Amino acid sequence: MDTAVADSLDPLIAELRSRGFAVVGPTVRDRAIRFAEITGAAELPAGQGDEQDPGHYRVVERDDELMFGFAASPDSAKRYTQPPRQALFRMREGTVEEAEQEAPRVALLGVRACDLAAIAVQDRVFLGRHPDPAYRKRREALFLVAVNCAVPGGTCFCVSMGTGPKATAGFDLALTELTEPHRFLVETGSERGADVLAGIPHRPASAADVAAAEEVSRVAATRMGREVDTENIQESLAAAHDSPRWAEVAGRCLACTNCTMACPTCFCTTVEDATDFTGSLAERTEVWDSCFTLAYSEVGGSPVRGSGPARYRQWLTHKFSTWYDQFGVSGCVGCGRCITWCPTGIDVTEELRCIR
Amino acid sequence: MHPMTPAPYRVSSRRVDRADTVTLTLRPMGGPCPPFRPGQFTMIYAPGVGEIPVSISGRARAGGYAQTIRAVGAVSRALCQTRRGDVVGVRGPYGTAWDVQAAAGLDVVVAAGGLGLAALRPVIRELAAHGSRYGRISLIVGTRTPATLIYHRELARWRDVHGIDVQVTVDHPDHAWKGPVGLVTRLLDRIVFEPRRTFAFVCGPEAMMRAVADDLVRRGVAAGRVLLSVERNMKCGVGRCGHCQLGPLFTCLDGPVLSYARAAGLLAVPEL
Repeated sequence: MDTAVADSLDPLIAELRSRGFAVVGPTVRDRAIRFAEITGAAELPAGQGDEQDPGHYRVVERDDELMFGFAASPDSAKRYTQPPRQALFRMREGTVEEAEQEAPRVALLGVRACDLAAIAVQDRVFLGRHPDPAYRKRREALFLVAVNCAVPGGTCFCVSMGTGPKATAGFDLALTELTEPHRFLVETGSERGADVLAGIPHRPASAADVAAAEEVSRVAATRMGREVDTENIQESLAAAHDSPRWAEVAGRCLACTNCTMACPTCFCTTVEDATDFTGSLAERTEVWDSCFTLAYSEVGGSPVRGSGPARYRQWLTHKFSTWYDQFGVSGCVGCGRCITWCPTGIDVTEELRCIR
Repeated sequence: MHPMTPAPYRVSSRRVDRADTVTLTLRPMGGPCPPFRPGQFTMIYAPGVGEIPVSISGRARAGGYAQTIRAVGAVSRALCQTRRGDVVGVRGPYGTAWDVQAAAGLDVVVAAGGLGLAALRPVIRELAAHGSRYGRISLIVGTRTPATLIYHRELARWRDVHGIDVQVTVDHPDHAWKGPVGLVTRLLDRIVFEPRRTFAFVCGPEAMMRAVADDLVRRGVAAGRVLLSVERNMKCGVGRCGHCQLGPLFTCLDGPVLSYARAAGLLAVPEL
């Protein structure tokens, strides 16, 4: 892995755009730091941070000019790897026409280590026994510029899940934002990344630059807002199916599905069927779904998991236990989105402590 | 090809089994039918209406899958109403199979509840075709009323031609019914098998399967020799939609056929 230093992100953004990538990075909109297409570094949220706690999110002014001084965005890379709506096929008079599998060339700028881990989890889901060629195409078209976290949020626990705060794999380029003077340490993680780096102004990183970047990640690791004891978590949760806590937490859960929509690894989908006015053209669309809905587990007209406690148990147990059985890794990467975006502030780290 | 894209299949024949139950023969419009193993299912798509999992009941003589469908929801109703020549979408076959070979040399109990008989038909046909490879073969069937019983003629042939001990019980008899009334588990008393040398195939409503499996295990049949076919909400068939999870299992990939040794603990947890 090569390391270099770049003073500005404008050349990087311009270089990626010249290679045909739409550069998508963090911007302040809808009073949140969200991903959107950008054309220059001026659109990044310099001097803006966020405040995240259970059921609480605010954009706040920072007292420095950090461009990446915030934690996980409500958006994750999932929106780009697994779009919320995907046309599957059309059927007309006995012929099936597969939907065109769009794979826009997108460079995601500002991907966090937890989100890189989430993409690696998704790879196991979508490129496993029945590989999805559309997913593969989108994945290959995605250029990932990670930014190592300097300012974890109140709901972050990537250190517990072993996914961060420093990006170690799965990126094309990884940046660490350094101050005094403001600059970025750039690490290359792929040939493609090295090729892009070669196209922009940079200089070799000094030992001091590398040490400063290591210090950013070291300090970030000490600032996790939450933690989870993962020792024996798979077995202990599988054995806790009759815990009284499921009923207690279900009393606060609205089954609104926010946690599953915000989660970067929740992959469940359902399908929508439609026909044209004459009924001769049928179309099928795949959309994000959630295990918190009643229809999700429906068999023969009634749900298997009709009660709130059973649905909450399904979600939490899947994330932290049966995911290991199915995919060999945890379904949770410790990004904290489900805690922040739960309207009643249910905190998975607290629930895990109470249930196990 | 995308795993969610169906292939067009033509309805090449349609047989009405019962008022609400038909058996369709579905033949691919391009190329041969992919091979299937007994117990596997396909996802059948009624254009514009939806898609459901349906067990494969056998290979039709002229090629194609025989699949028995009961009209209970919007999709199954649409499929039951198809006519010869109509086109539907088919994906699969998917899922695990009944391991009929594992029953060689042993007594065999096949227990069906309602439409579960359709999923067991390939097993029974194999047993009937190679009866000498197995010990005593019994087929016990439970159905709601005499009118809901499917595959009459085949049941008679399996009994009369192939020497299988076929017993049928109903929940609600009509005036003409002279056979047993009550749960299918009661038929276990009327058939002959040596529990320690018995293999069982069970398919029907979950409560029925658990009752039969528990009874067999109590009598001394090894739980690993009792296979059942578990139903969950299989929406994709390929382990990507998540809906059919049963604890650590994706029923569409790891099932539907599971040994009772694996399934008993999972099915015992309410709402898992």
